[in-house]
Amino acid sequence: MSVRIYIPRDAASVAVGAEEVLAALTASLKRRGVQAEIVRNGSRGLFWLEPMIEIETKRGRVAYGPVTAQDVEGLLDAGFLDGADHRLCLGVADEIPWLKRQTRLTFARCGVTDPLSLDDYRAHGGLKGIEKAIALGPEATVEEVFQSGLRGRGGAGFPTGIKWRTVAQTIAPQKYIVCNADEGDSGTFADRMILEGDPFLLIEGMAIAGIATGATKGYVYIRSEYPHAIAAFDAAVKAARRSRLLGSRAAGSEYPFDIEVRAGAGAYVCGEETSLLESIEGKRGEVRAKPPLPAHQGLFGKPTVINNVLSFAAVPFILSEGAKAYKDFGMGRSRGTMPIQLAGNIKHGGLFETAFGVTLGELVDDIGGGTMSGRPVRAVQVGGPLGAYFPRALFDTPFDYEAFAARDGLIGHGGVVVFDDSVNMAKQARFAMEFCAIESCGKCTPCRIGSTRGVETIDRIVRGENHAKNLEVLEDLCNTMKFGSLCALGGFTPYPVMSALTHFPEDFGAAPRLQAAE
Amino acid sequence: MKQYEAWSETRAAEIIAEHQAVEGAALPILHALQETFGCVPEAAVPMVAQALNLSRAEMHGVVTFYHDFRREPAGKHVLKLCRAEACQSCGCDDLVEHAERKLGVKIGDTSADGRVTLEAVYCLGLCATAPSAILDGRVVGRLDKARLDALLTEAQA
Repeated sequence: MSVRIYIPRDAASVAVGAEEVLAALTASLKRRGVQAEIVRNGSRGLFWLEPMIEIETKRGRVAYGPVTAQDVEGLLDAGFLDGADHRLCLGVADEIPWLKRQTRLTFARCGVTDPLSLDDYRAHGGLKGIEKAIALGPEATVEEVFQSGLRGRGGAGFPTGIKWRTVAQTIAPQKYIVCNADEGDSGTFADRMILEGDPFLLIEGMAIAGIATGATKGYVYIRSEYPHAIAAFDAAVKAARRSRLLGSRAAGSEYPFDIEVRAGAGAYVCGEETSLLESIEGKRGEVRAKPPLPAHQGLFGKPTVINNVLSFAAVPFILSEGAKAYKDFGMGRSRGTMPIQLAGNIKHGGLFETAFGVTLGELVDDIGGGTMSGRPVRAVQVGGPLGAYFPRALFDTPFDYEAFAARDGLIGHGGVVVFDDSVNMAKQARFAMEFCAIESCGKCTPCRIGSTRGVETIDRIVRGENHAKNLEVLEDLCNTMKFGSLCALGGFTPYPVMSALTHFPEDFGAAPRLQAAE
Repeated sequence: MKQYEAWSETRAAEIIAEHQAVEGAALPILHALQETFGCVPEAAVPMVAQALNLSRAEMHGVVTFYHDFRREPAGKHVLKLCRAEACQSCGCDDLVEHAERKLGVKIGDTSADGRVTLEAVYCLGLCATAPSAILDGRVVGRLDKARLDALLTEAQA
């Protein structure tokens, strides 16, 4: 009897011992004379349970986790191969409540399929989107994306359909599709999971963009901090070429489309779209002033669609199921689902894809289960290093672009980093400025100089030097950075700084009022 | 751990020629040079500039812009500890101090015996299994002092 076992190859699973589990299991099965097919799937995103391994049974795939190499013999003795009960048994994977309460449109396949098997991809609903796009033709495809209400998932939230329409309507001998996979925000890993766990989804989404806009060449810029993702995605591109999903007749259509992978080189600012384009061109990753927009003059001066991984990855569903099916999820002007990433000091961290509208409190307390350390949650940073820190008092904020903006925050790329009550918020504010200083591309003064002055000013405040006066200086500096910087790095660094100061003034030394009274 | 080649102008010229034809060849060439020699050697910079029809100053600007490109080879092993927010929330600063003390170096430096280079990295995308590290390309999550000590022992061996 041959059995099929799933052991994730996702970097996070590997980081907590998936390879050791694989080695132990392979050795034990050999000793027991059991023939097994081992599939290296992506992760389902329940990271506190990784390595989470699964066995295919008549009841469905039964999951066990977190499994260590030492657990393997015991698991096999207990009847793992039949999906038997064990202290690590999580039941049928699809029925795990944390997974079941999600709305997985983009992540429907991630962790389920073999990421490098195009047959598996097709068997689980893949390629329906591109087939639909080919049948609809370019104009109707752009219209479908526009109608879905999809907004750029990288952070800016710009309507994807408008971007695509602009490129489609610009006449040029060469156009490009560029995927921003420079996922540098701490607390985010959704792009990485797709690159490693369902890469054909991104390839399909980009090919649809190519067909829709008349672009024949795509670039995927992946940060060098993601060596597993680069290797996995590169292998998927090669497989897609072999199967003619990419090539002179993409997916059997009349449209040529191919993709090339480019590795970043450790510059956070290259996640900014124009800086990323400069980097692909082989230059310093300095931000470009806009206009011209990349849609008019992007990569190598040609019209370019540049979108985040998650934006492209949302497109196949929109095409195959229709704009309305996607648009029906969400709230206000935030339509569809958002793959939210619960991270940091959190009990149940991982990938939670759900319709817009879920509140921050539900995400942190209910879904996330509070802190890993067991101490009270004090602050939550949403949207990466440039996102605001939220106190418990604002936990009723719904996950929605506008609702977060109204509270001086942003949802960014959907990262949620939880801190317990041991956090020092002045230190976090200082770090935000310091990070900006390290990563500034140097092109504009507010970001380049402001960030360094910001670190110094926060140090003075914490030391109690001219406290009230320096608070004013910091606020003024933040305003200059916010309104005077060329891009979001300098422009948004004030979010973590000002939110820390506003919501946690007690961490910045004596309050001005008390100081005056002394 | 990887064995790097000694500097050779001929070898550098081969690498440049291999990647020169692609659009925006600078980063692919620099990555390939570093992959071969363990850094981007000073002598290679004018060669790349010439191949790409850029000035030496422009090429110097590109090499020095990116954190990844080394001017000197690193130690035998490179241990990078993540210092970004998600890892901060799980106590990475204490781990950094611990590693610095054990190795007798500051972050960014190489131990006196040339065995270990200790560096900071800002996010490995393993933020739900924090704190994270990467030793010579191998990722490690749920780092604590015991696991870090094991990594340090491995790196110093």
